[in-house]
Amino acid sequence: MHELSIASAILHTATRHAQGRQVSVVSVRVGPLRQVSADSLRFYFEIVARESGCANARLEVTEVALRLRCRDCGEQWESEQPEFRCPRCLPGSVEILTGEELEVDYIEVQEESECIAQG
Amino acid sequence: MHRTRVRIVEDALDANNTIARANREDFDSAAVRVVNLMSAPGAGKTTLLEAALRELLPIRAGVLEGDVQGSLDADRIAHLHIPVVQLNTGSGFGGECHLDANMVRSALPALPLAQLDLLIVENVGNLVCPAEFRIGEDARVMISSVTEGEDKPLKYPLMFRACELVVINKIDLLAHLDFDLDRFLHHLDGVHPGVPRMLLSAKTGEGVEAFRAWLRALAARETLAA
Repeated sequence: MHELSIASAILHTATRHAQGRQVSVVSVRVGPLRQVSADSLRFYFEIVARESGCANARLEVTEVALRLRCRDCGEQWESEQPEFRCPRCLPGSVEILTGEELEVDYIEVQEESECIAQG
Repeated sequence: MHRTRVRIVEDALDANNTIARANREDFDSAAVRVVNLMSAPGAGKTTLLEAALRELLPIRAGVLEGDVQGSLDADRIAHLHIPVVQLNTGSGFGGECHLDANMVRSALPALPLAQLDLLIVENVGNLVCPAEFRIGEDARVMISSVTEGEDKPLKYPLMFRACELVVINKIDLLAHLDFDLDRFLHHLDGVHPGVPRMLLSAKTGEGVEAFRAWLRALAARETLAA
């Protein structure tokens, strides 16, 4: 049920930035520390987006790796586990470089104006 | 008709965080410190509150009870003659599994903030969702009971990271379980290095005074972890 609330929050963000335009793509970046299931998120997004400006929009989920750095020895590594111990100088003081993201990166909207299409 | 890409790069929970900040301002102006109490269902949140709040004087505490439905927990707290407000999340899609900033905001008018030093918000029992939603609290406390097993920090890192204090409850049962406390603490330190932790039994009262002292210190703003 976690993903239902997050899907609603993503819809809210996308709708606000779409400013009334029809949305065809919503792209989000998610780190493993947020414990979000991409499949479940897409499933719920489709439901909450019905009858909104994001109806039929594709939710693209980019999964960001957990990258850590040891403040003591400078070692950097990618981790499959949520373990914040430096593999070189245990226990170390570990900082998160990436892996905590839960952000709406961009949306693609349909424009009806006659200006030249960008990007 | 053409497509345009609009760059956003915004936290998906921005709207919730904005409301949480508004709640925090209201709590600050009423000089009330707020604890968000989170755990799995059955870890002993209400039992710990009953044990701790019974003897918390001189701190004036109030409780906001979050549940999908019913007022069983609020009734238990009300027996202690402590101001309590029940917040049910059970509307719409089967009931939300957590409290968010807006739900807490909707309950503010019912809370006697001017008469409180400390507000404890008992979140809905759940080890995932409550960790995502700030409500304007000063500190988040999570309770993990020894009956849940020692692997839980590895399975629910989001929750074990999203807190300033971990309470390990039901230690009176340790003799009857295979729970390996050292292993649990090893996992906890792997997921959230150095997070303050307390071992106690809400049932027997062992260790509860340390939790009361922590609440008193927070209410007096002596140590503000968040």
